[in-house]
Amino acid sequence: MSPHQAHFEYLLRLGDNALILGHRLSEWCGHGPILEQDIAMTNIALDQVGQARSILAHAGKVEGKGRDEDKLAYLRDVGEYRNVLLVEQPNEDFAFTIVRQFLFDAFNFHLHEALRSSKDEQLRAIAEKSIKEIAYHLRYSSEWVIRLGDGTEESHRKMQHALNSLWMYTGELTTPDEVDELMLEAGIGASLGRIKPLYDEKVSAILQEATLGQPESGYMQSGGKNGKMHTEHLGYILAEMQFIQRAYPGMEW
Amino acid sequence: MDPKQKALLEQFQARIDAEEKIEPKDWMPDEYRKTLIRQISQHAHSEVVGMLPEGNWISRAPSLRRKVALLAKVQDEAGHGLYLYGAAETLGADREDLIDELHEGKAKYSSIFNYPTLSWADIGAIGWLVDGAAIMNQVMLTRTSYGPYARAMVRICKEESFHQRQGYEILLALCRGAEAQKQMAQDALNRWWWPSLMMFGPSDKDSKHTAQSMRWKIKRKTNDELRQQFVDVTVPQADFLGIEVPDPALKWNEESGHYDFGEINWDEFWQVVSGNGPCNRQRMEARVKAHQEGAWVREAAMAYAEKRSKRREREAKAAIQVA
Ligand SMILES: [Fe+2]
Ligand SMILES: [Fe+2]
Ligand SMILES: [Fe+2]
Repeated sequence: MSPHQAHFEYLLRLGDNALILGHRLSEWCGHGPILEQDIAMTNIALDQVGQARSILAHAGKVEGKGRDEDKLAYLRDVGEYRNVLLVEQPNEDFAFTIVRQFLFDAFNFHLHEALRSSKDEQLRAIAEKSIKEIAYHLRYSSEWVIRLGDGTEESHRKMQHALNSLWMYTGELTTPDEVDELMLEAGIGASLGRIKPLYDEKVSAILQEATLGQPESGYMQSGGKNGKMHTEHLGYILAEMQFIQRAYPGMEW
Repeated sequence: MDPKQKALLEQFQARIDAEEKIEPKDWMPDEYRKTLIRQISQHAHSEVVGMLPEGNWISRAPSLRRKVALLAKVQDEAGHGLYLYGAAETLGADREDLIDELHEGKAKYSSIFNYPTLSWADIGAIGWLVDGAAIMNQVMLTRTSYGPYARAMVRICKEESFHQRQGYEILLALCRGAEAQKQMAQDALNRWWWPSLMMFGPSDKDSKHTAQSMRWKIKRKTNDELRQQFVDVTVPQADFLGIEVPDPALKWNEESGHYDFGEINWDEFWQVVSGNGPCNRQRMEARVKAHQEGAWVREAAMAYAEKRSKRREREAKAAIQVA
């Protein structure tokens, strides 16, 4: 893979993570368990779709084939998406949503901390702008993990179940591959080797405070960020998200 | 009526007539309080139920810019709901009770939200027409006699006019676009026009609350006055879009300086109000489902808060003993 291709892929990963998780969260809008949390989750969704727009627009420029944020979001199929498997998992219930958010935020926070010194100037500026938002997301999801983990017996059970189910998607976050390594060498990307211990530490600390048991690090499923094998869920997200652009091609909205 | 009560009532009416705002701690007739709680909570419910038809298109918005704008708009409506429940609570109502009444079918919300959103153009039409109609009503309510309600309206109106422009802009893009898009816009106007006129409520001769509400300056314009104002403002906007208002009787009246328009289908209005609209059941089911499925979350949040305050107490005691 050429460094140029890796650069584009790397940006797609960042943009797709933000877009798909933002999309998932936005599915809650109007259906939240408490009006205040409906608003809070929509806030996070807004931040994430906003971040996705900046990153995908930048990715399109780096690619240099005239694709803008919308062409990238609406006209790529499952195999061309580069988000991690974790973020495409369905909302299920509030427990799944919060656990998914926390497991991602804890990673995303350290990732963006590192990207603040990227040699890609545009990416650095985006990370600089996003880090405050992401710090807030992490605080929000951590607080809810603790509250629901250490709430009632029922909430504890639901949280533990969600955690056990989603755990196998965490490996992909901090396991480097060719793209990560090329981008680290180029000074554009973050060192996942350095992020991993920080991530593990944050996750353990919050789970402990939440009285939740940390699952055994067993089988880890991957295939999202390299696009080799997404879960079946992504196809449905895209079918819905891309409906208008696919049904009425080439129009301005 | 005993003379003391009568004197209080007269004083109250005198304050209203002098355009003084009534504040939460002031004396007010029970009927005034009840009317306001009913009206404000209906308004709050409308904001929250109104999130559903528009929320229906968040996942399918045609561009990322539109997706963000729609998300933000629907979120604003949640904020309005919250703010209005707060205003109702200043009158001694309890948000939980009000929500229960909604879910039990005892409280009403705006009937417009019982219509389906079938295409992207409907999101434009709702912003333009539904927020537009809401603004007519709410601008009037910024001068309502109850202070907290009036102040809530000032804040909310600013956002509603932003929504209205945003909706109009969606339709403008469609009407300046391809033929299929223009058709989509026309179809949306066809379906939303009449229900939007119905938003102002029954005609003055059939409106049971209007007279007293006008005396108390809760309302300052009648349903029919507001409806006429809406038609007068909106028809030229449809002309500018180049789509047609679905009313053969619609005609500018030189003499009155207003548009004449056709008879509203009041049967349909009362049917929808009483629960037989295209989406009444789905809307309520969605709200009840969200509430029921959220019960464990609310309970857990409460249990955790309690645990934490007990833990703090224990720690404080321990600290004192150590000292
Ligand atoms: Fe509103
Ligand atoms: Fe409103
Ligand atoms: Fe609005």
